[in-house]
Amino acid sequence: MRLSCRVNGEDRQVEGVWEGESLLYVLRERLGLPGSKNACEQGECGSCSVYLGGVLVCSCLVLAGQAEGCEILTVEGLAEGEALHPVQEAFVETGAVQCGFCTPGLIISTHDLLERNPDPTDAEIREALAGNLCRCTGYEKILDAVRLATIRTGTNEDPS
Amino acid sequence: MEFLQPGSWREALEARAAYLGAKPIWGGTDVMVELNFDRERPPYLLDLTRVPELKEWWTEGRRLRVGAGVTYTRAIEELEDRLPGLAIASRTVGSPQIRNRGTIGGNLGSSSPAGDALPPLYASDAEVEVASTGGTRRVPVADFITGPKKNVLREDELIAAFHIPEAEGPQQYSKVGPRNAMVIAVCCLGLTLHPERRKVGICVGSAGPTPFRAIEAEQFIEGVLVEEDLWESYGSIDERALARFGTLVGEATNPIDDIRGSAAYRAHAVGVLARRAFGWAWDEYRGGS
Repeated sequence: MRLSCRVNGEDRQVEGVWEGESLLYVLRERLGLPGSKNACEQGECGSCSVYLGGVLVCSCLVLAGQAEGCEILTVEGLAEGEALHPVQEAFVETGAVQCGFCTPGLIISTHDLLERNPDPTDAEIREALAGNLCRCTGYEKILDAVRLATIRTGTNEDPS
Repeated sequence: MEFLQPGSWREALEARAAYLGAKPIWGGTDVMVELNFDRERPPYLLDLTRVPELKEWWTEGRRLRVGAGVTYTRAIEELEDRLPGLAIASRTVGSPQIRNRGTIGGNLGSSSPAGDALPPLYASDAEVEVASTGGTRRVPVADFITGPKKNVLREDELIAAFHIPEAEGPQQYSKVGPRNAMVIAVCCLGLTLHPERRKVGICVGSAGPTPFRAIEAEQFIEGVLVEEDLWESYGSIDERALARFGTLVGEATNPIDDIRGSAAYRAHAVGVLARRAFGWAWDEYRGGS
């Protein structure tokens, strides 16, 4: 079947989509957007997190056809040209990236958190990122990254 | 496989009737796992996300009719004041990503004994509204679910909504799992207090083939509250009575040993959940005196 949607601000059309295929597969294998990672395929790991119609979802759990006509934002769409988004910069600067596999999902989830709650508590950060697994960092550096991103995207003073 | 995407409830029912064996999908948090892992290849996939009627909820007097396509996130954000037990249960579901997509109608359709939204529905005697092109019927939730992942939905029917009374007192939900997120319940329990009717509703999940009401424990604690005049006096409940209550809830279970926990652990833990959930709810009731 044919799928039309708007991905990272661009109208895209894909032919030959299998009816049982996930949005994640479409993004990675048909649209050449491998930023969203394919790991658990059951919504456990959050590595495939994207925005669908402005809502944070696991793209592995979205049936391709459900995205017809929808606006999708992936990790590839966050930076403006060469300039990384402040959330991405914060992950780089704090050493929150080790193997990097979970990073795109965590960046999207952090972006979503700060959109909804510009000044989250540590408990709120943990709750917001509960669906994103990282097997390298032990999460401390990731929490640092979110705290730094909170400062950079908000009105708070940057202590550094 | 064929993909069907009706744009209205009428079209959805017609598609369901015309394409027998079609698998309904909303949030995909259960259905997509089956597809991704090659466990299921239904002849038709019936996407219900474009059916606006399923997203609506409204009040009918002191009852609510909640469309099957209301997500956990919306239950938390929009229904917390009217259905606090369901909101607490919804907060324990998966992660933000899962709660944004998963629906209470889907939880009913999946009919898992561990479905988090189910104990609050059982404890409040909710009814499931199912429909086909031939008409609509309402089934008490306890009759709707008949076994693990089994329910009375016919091949030509879809879940339209559930009907549930607004909370008339404190409600609680409690759950055991290996971490504080992304957990399928090892066991869980929903509890409602009904001060006007002097009733207590208790439903246990993930400790039997379906969620179930702990009737004997309900009757016991209702008796204690009435005999000791505690509804009127807002008094505290005797520790021994509470312990007996927990034991009765544990004895009502019919759990299995599986990958998530042993039967013995579940029976024990459910008793603990019951005592705690009742304690929290009763404290809230007393606080409102």
